[in-house]
Amino acid sequence: MPGLEELKHNFLTGTLEELVKWARRNSVMPATFGLACCAIEMMATGAANYDISRFGMETFRASPRQADLMIVAGRVSQKMAPVLRQVYDQMMEPKWVISMGVCASSGGMFNNYAIVQGVDQIVPVDIYVPGCPPNPETLLHGILALHNKIKTGEITQRRNQTGAGAAIHVGDNVTPAGDNVRVRLATSKSS
Amino acid sequence: MSDVETTDETTAPEAPPEPARVHGALVEERNGQTVVFPERSAYLDVMKALKDDGYEMCVDLCGVDHLQNPDRSLPDGIVRERFEVVVNLLSLSQKRRIRVRVQVPESDPTVPTLFRLWPGSEAMEREAWDMLGIAFVDHPDLSRILMPEDWEGHPLRKDFAQGRVPVQFKAPNQPSTGGAR
Amino acid sequence: MTQSWTPMETDTSEGGQELRPRSDTDPLELLREQGAILRLPEGPALTPDDVAIEVTEDETMIINMGPQHPSTHGVLRVMLELEGETVLRSKPVIGYLHTGMEKIGEDLTYLQGPTNVTRMDYLSPLFTECVFSLAVEKLLEIEVPARATWIRMLMCELNRMSSHLLFMATNGMDLGAVSMMIYGWREREMVLAFFEKVTGLRMNHAYIRPGGVAADLPPGWRDDVLELCDLIGPRLDEYDELLTGQPIFRQRTEGVGVITPEQAIALGATGPILRSTGTAWDLRKDLPYQYYEQLDFDVIIGQYGDAFDRYAIRLNEIRESIKLVRQIVEVMPAGDYKVQDKKVTPPPRARIDESMEALIHHFKIFTEGFRVPEGEVYVGIESPRGEVGCYLVSDGSAKPYRMHIRGPSFVNLQTLPVMLRGGLVADAVAIISSVDPVMGEVDR
Repeated sequence: MPGLEELKHNFLTGTLEELVKWARRNSVMPATFGLACCAIEMMATGAANYDISRFGMETFRASPRQADLMIVAGRVSQKMAPVLRQVYDQMMEPKWVISMGVCASSGGMFNNYAIVQGVDQIVPVDIYVPGCPPNPETLLHGILALHNKIKTGEITQRRNQTGAGAAIHVGDNVTPAGDNVRVRLATSKSS
Repeated sequence: MSDVETTDETTAPEAPPEPARVHGALVEERNGQTVVFPERSAYLDVMKALKDDGYEMCVDLCGVDHLQNPDRSLPDGIVRERFEVVVNLLSLSQKRRIRVRVQVPESDPTVPTLFRLWPGSEAMEREAWDMLGIAFVDHPDLSRILMPEDWEGHPLRKDFAQGRVPVQFKAPNQPSTGGAR
Repeated sequence: MTQSWTPMETDTSEGGQELRPRSDTDPLELLREQGAILRLPEGPALTPDDVAIEVTEDETMIINMGPQHPSTHGVLRVMLELEGETVLRSKPVIGYLHTGMEKIGEDLTYLQGPTNVTRMDYLSPLFTECVFSLAVEKLLEIEVPARATWIRMLMCELNRMSSHLLFMATNGMDLGAVSMMIYGWREREMVLAFFEKVTGLRMNHAYIRPGGVAADLPPGWRDDVLELCDLIGPRLDEYDELLTGQPIFRQRTEGVGVITPEQAIALGATGPILRSTGTAWDLRKDLPYQYYEQLDFDVIIGQYGDAFDRYAIRLNEIRESIKLVRQIVEVMPAGDYKVQDKKVTPPPRARIDESMEALIHHFKIFTEGFRVPEGEVYVGIESPRGEVGCYLVSDGSAKPYRMHIRGPSFVNLQTLPVMLRGGLVADAVAIISSVDPVMGEVDR
C-alpha cells in the first residue's frame, strides 16, 4: 500500500494505560496550598535554583478545579481544617496529596490544641515529606516518588473509596483514624 | 554609744519614703524599665494622662494569667488578682518606653478599652479576650480573633490543657504512652 | 507638616466656632470619618438575612478574599464590601495559622524557646530568636560577649536582606512581574546557602540562643559574605531598573494604599509602613540596641505613604544592610561566641568525656534547663516588618511563665482597612503585598 512503507520506523506501540500514566505524571499541576514556612521552601522549589519546571510542574494553579496535586505545605490549624477539606473536595479526580513537612504529616513540634495532628486526619495522603522545613531537594524527592507511584499505577486505585483518612494499623485495639479517635498502642501482653 | 541609742529609741521611727507615683499610680523601675501600676478604676485616666505626656503609640497589649504565680513581686498597696493586662507604650518624640500593668480580678474580668485612645489596640484586645477571657468594656468588636468563632474556652489560661495527643516517643518529663497504661 | 494656622472664626447660631487645624484631629475621629473598618461576624456562612446590615440604596456586596488565594502571603482572609469594583469597607480575618506558640512556649525551656519562637516570622526567623534571647538575657542579667553580639548583628542584617528580597519577589509577582519572582529567589538562595553553612539550616535556624549563638562562624566566612555583598549590590540596580523603571509597575503602586502618619501611629504600625509616611522611626537609630550606635547607616523614609514608597524603602534597606554588613565584617572581634557562664551555656561536647562537672551541667541544661530569676521584661528590636517585641514573665523556674511576642505584622494588618478604602479590588492585592504580612507571626 502506498504510504505505509515510508512509515517503517515511526511507530511506537504500547498500552493506552501506559500513555495515560505518562501524560499524568509528566504534567502534574499543583494547587497553591502554602500555609507557613514550608510554603517558602515550596516557592524555592519552584524558583530557578531547584526548578520544579524540569518535571513539568511549574504551573501552580490557583483554582483547585484545575489542579491535580495538593501540596499541603505547613501547619493546619483548627480554623483552616474545613477550608482544607473544601479545597480538596473541589479538586477533580485523579488527585493526589503530598503532605509536606512534619507539621502537615503529624502535627510536627506543635502537639497541642490548635494544630491538626497530621493532615491525613482530613484528607487521604499519598506521600509524606519530612523536614522542618524540608529542603527543596527533599520535596523534589517526594514529588519524584509520587511520579513513580503514578507510573507503576499503585495509586490510581484509591483505598477507601469513601475518601476517609489514612488508616493506621497498629495492633488490634485500634479504631480507624477517620473517626478522629486517639490511637492506643497495643500492650506487649495483649489482654 | 548606748546613751545615744536610748535617746534614739524614744523618738518616732523614720517614716518610709513616699513611693514614686505617676499620675497617681505607683511606679517602679524593673530591669531598667519603668512600670506603672494603676488601679483598675484609675486605669483609663492614667492612660489618657500618659498619652497626653507624649506616648503616641500603643506598642503591645497582652494579658497574663497569674493563677500559678501568686507570689510575684508587686509594689505595696496593689491587690494581686488572677489576671493582669500589660500595656507597653512608646513615645516617638521622647524616645522612651513605659509599661502599665493593671490587675484584673477573676470574678469580674473586665477592663476599659483603649480603643478610643489608640485605635491600634483593637486587635490586641481581641486577642486578650480570645486567649484569656478578659473582656474590654466598650470595645467595638469583641469577638474571637485567633480561634474559630464557636471555640469554647480560653486557651492561654493556666487551667486550659495543652491538648496534647499521646505519641509513642516521650519528651523528658512526660510519662511514656507505650507499655501498660 | 507644620504650618501656621490662623483659626477660622465663624459665627453660627450657636455662637462662634473655631476650626482647629486638621492635624489636631483625634486619630479615632479620623478613622471614624473614613469609615473603613467593616464590623461583621466572621462566621463561615453569611447570608444577608442572618446579619443585621443596614441596606443602603446602592447595593453593595460582601465578598471573601482568601484564605486560600494565589497571592503568596499565607492564609489571610479579607472580607471586602464592594460597590462594583470599588472597595468600601474591609476586615482582615486571621487565625488560620494559629499554632498556640505562646502556650507551647510555657512548656519549653529557655534553651528550647528559640526553636519555637523562630517559626513565628518564618521569613526573618533570626530576629524573633534575637529578641527572645535578648529578653532572657536581660532577666538573667548576663553580659553576652562582644563577638556574639556582632555575629548576631551580622546574621540579622543578612536576614533582613533575604526577607526584603523575598518581598520584592512576591511583590513583583502579585503585580504581574513574574520574572521578578524568579530573580528575587536567585539572591535569596545565596544568602540561604550562607546560613546553611553557618547554622546548618536554610530556614528556622534556632541559632541565636540565650547566652550567645549556637556555633561560631566557619572559617572563610569573610570571603563568603563579601562575595554576597559584591554580587547583590549590582543586581539590585538591575531590579531597580526592572521595576522602578517600568511604567505599569509605577502606575499600579503610586498613590495606591495611602496612609497618613497620624493614622499609622494611631494604629501602631511600625517598620516600612510607618517610614513610608515620612516618620523617621527606626529602632536601630532611635532606641539603639546591641552595637548599632557604632555603625553608620541611614534610615530610609518615604513621602507619600503609598505602596510605591514601601517598595522603594525596602529596596534601599537592602542597600543599607549591605553597607552595614560590610562594616560588621571589618569590625568583627575575636572572642567567645557564647557567654562562659556554666549555668547558662552548655559545655563543648569534647569536655563531656573529660569532666564530670561538664557532664552534669550538660545534663541539667538540656533536660531541666537553666533557671531564670523572677521578673518581667519587654524588649523590642527592628525586624524587616517593624518592631518585634518579646514580653517575658518569669517565675523563677526553668520555663517561661508567660511568653508573648509582639508580632509587627499583627499590628500592621490593622492599617489594611484604611489603605484599602476607595481602591479597586486589583489594588487590594498590591496593598496587601506592600504591607508584607507574615501570617506566622500574625497568628502565632
